[in-house]
Amino acid sequence: MTALRNLFSGREVLYFLLLAVLLVVVLPLALDAFRLNLTGKYLTFAFVALGLVLCWGYGGVLSLGQGVFFGLGGYCMAMFLKLEASDMASTARQTTPGIPDFMDWNQVTELPWFWEPFHSLTFTLLAVLVVPAVFAFVIGFAMFKRRVGGVYFAIITQAIATILTILIIGQQGYTGGANGMTDLRTLLGWDIRTDDAKQILYFLCVFLLLLCLVLAHLILRSKFGRILVAMRDREDRVRFSGYDVSGFKIFVFCLAGVFSAIGGAMFTLQVGFMSPSFVGIVPSIEMVIFCAVGGRLSLLGAVYGALIVNLAKTSFSESFPELWLYAMGALFIAVVLAFPNGLAGLYSRYLEPLLDRGWANVRSRAVAVPPAQEKTS
Amino acid sequence: MSITQNTPRRWGRWLALPALALASTLSHAAVPPTSEVNTTGLAVTDTTVKVGILHSITGTMAISETGSVQAEKLAIEQINAAGGVLGRQIEYIQEDGASDWPTFAEKSRKLLINDKVAAVFGCWTSASRKAVLPIFEQYNGMLYYPTFYEGLEQSPNVIYTGQEATQQIIAGIDWVVREKGAESFYLLGSDYIWPRTSNKIARAHIESLGLEVVGEDYYPLGHTQFNSVINRIRLKKPDVIYAIVVGGSNVAFYRQLQAAGFDLTQESPLLLTISVTEDEILGIGGQNIEGAYAAMKYFQSLDNPNNEAFVEAFKERWGDDIVIGDVTQAAYLGPWLWKAAVEKAGSFDIDKIREASPGIELTTAPEGYVRIHENHHLWSKTRVGRAMDNGQYEVVFETDELMEPDPFPEM
Repeated sequence: MTALRNLFSGREVLYFLLLAVLLVVVLPLALDAFRLNLTGKYLTFAFVALGLVLCWGYGGVLSLGQGVFFGLGGYCMAMFLKLEASDMASTARQTTPGIPDFMDWNQVTELPWFWEPFHSLTFTLLAVLVVPAVFAFVIGFAMFKRRVGGVYFAIITQAIATILTILIIGQQGYTGGANGMTDLRTLLGWDIRTDDAKQILYFLCVFLLLLCLVLAHLILRSKFGRILVAMRDREDRVRFSGYDVSGFKIFVFCLAGVFSAIGGAMFTLQVGFMSPSFVGIVPSIEMVIFCAVGGRLSLLGAVYGALIVNLAKTSFSESFPELWLYAMGALFIAVVLAFPNGLAGLYSRYLEPLLDRGWANVRSRAVAVPPAQEKTS
Repeated sequence: MSITQNTPRRWGRWLALPALALASTLSHAAVPPTSEVNTTGLAVTDTTVKVGILHSITGTMAISETGSVQAEKLAIEQINAAGGVLGRQIEYIQEDGASDWPTFAEKSRKLLINDKVAAVFGCWTSASRKAVLPIFEQYNGMLYYPTFYEGLEQSPNVIYTGQEATQQIIAGIDWVVREKGAESFYLLGSDYIWPRTSNKIARAHIESLGLEVVGEDYYPLGHTQFNSVINRIRLKKPDVIYAIVVGGSNVAFYRQLQAAGFDLTQESPLLLTISVTEDEILGIGGQNIEGAYAAMKYFQSLDNPNNEAFVEAFKERWGDDIVIGDVTQAAYLGPWLWKAAVEKAGSFDIDKIREASPGIELTTAPEGYVRIHENHHLWSKTRVGRAMDNGQYEVVFETDELMEPDPFPEM
């Protein structure tokens, strides 16, 4: 019990429970199936923002290419679903039945070898976690071992995002190209397009997100978290103290990549398709913005940031189809100029002291009241 | 000219064009009750019916899709001025697809589930259509899709108002073979599904005529360096360059072609395209593409009374310097075809519209006459136009018969 106390402060537990209640009880009761599904979609970006809090906020490693990992996770899931949707019966009209429709359009006549294992769900789920981790490891190893960091690292991640987009669009016979992988229908025979299925997927998404939140929190609370912060603030001192800085950086970058990939896989399941428009530079930077708006030092802030920015995006674009991009731009500029630590920073600076004072008042009154009661009795 | 003179004239013209439709509305003088014409809970009241417009008005596709939005709004306004559909005024809900396919999917879901629109006019690229298609099939919506495209699709929930590939390609190739004696072709395109499928159809047709394809090349979307392919064309000396380059790449391609000394007006080689409408010429510049031929179903310069009225109404509504391309005209057909189907079915129910749609004809279409085929595409004529330096096409050929749509050609 004391061990747990050390890991979670009372207030942290309270905030975490508040978020959990909001996601598990309030939103599903308040929203219809369509809006709940949209919220589920927003939450998949919260996974990415969560990874960025660890890697950028605490580790000081700014990646402008998180879309790469979101895409890898999403594409792994999409490949499995696409294979299931391309059975002989529904592709009978094609030149080569039994392969995904976009392969047929591109004159591919048999399933490429790297598609074969995606017939298996177990392999797919493993791939969602392992492929991005390995990819992040390779990038991290190449960069951090050579002490590439800061702006240079950010630029290289952007380049990687662009390269992967070009690769996906260029190899359309194997990847679906600019169209992406569309028309995904069932997961092991379970129709993922119905309202019921969407609800279940929403809860699965929330569950995984809360799990990732706890995991991220534990990591930050551990010795590793302290080294991350030390590394961010004074990298050379940590190195002189005998720590292998690159190893820690690689680890946190891989972890952020895996979080993003889980988000990507959940995105594919809930939205029903995956396309290269989530892999490139623009979406990757957008993901950094979710994190910045929420507050890059706050795990919970990342979740709220992803929710609020995406909600604003949807509602602006529904009410002002011609003007919404300007409204979004104004919102981002305002956040960066006025509160660089995001909503979480705003909260802890202005709102929390107020609440504290109010709480203290309540407490002191609560302490003061019992003697008075004793007298009357 | 004073405003008081102008206003009645404009309304007069709007009423004049859909005279036929007006007559049919008047014959239904008594408005049928909503419970009868709407049994599936669509957004239909006693006086209004809601439809959706879903195009990109921001992002890279905005420049192409704006014309379609304008055409659809014009058609809706004209239909409303003529009494609406089954006595109900059309209200549109416009959503922005933002040139982003997942956004198209999200917005179509919103239109169908939340707004319960009776029809959606929208999408432009095949990618956006592929993204929304499963949603229209799942929630049983009806999409009117305006762009010429690659075929290989026939959804019960889409009416394709543009031409599918065979309609555009076969008539155009037959024409250059017959009129210009072409014997060898160089196929060229942007690298995605529409140009690739189209060239596959073109190659099959060229080879079935016993003629020769001397080269086939693809370049990524947005590619701007065409010098190597221009050199290869110079070496192979084809009679026809068959170009399906799209979007911004067009500007680079035609300018470099001209800089390399190819004068398209000399027609050796002759250039035939299916991807350059008047909208694209705005970017390319008329003097850079003068003399090229395009095969499609509509040109702004078409000479018939329907088109005259359409072009005039379009310019009055959206400004004098606007150009109207093939897709814009096809988008304009959408609301009219939907109205005709609703009136034939006597109902807004999607299933009844689907049943009523095949066989519906539009004699007021700017392109002349169209009819919906069993396969949800349109019977339409194909024309060949020759680009002039003022950015317009001069129509040099028109098929005698309507071309039958064949989205799944045997190859």
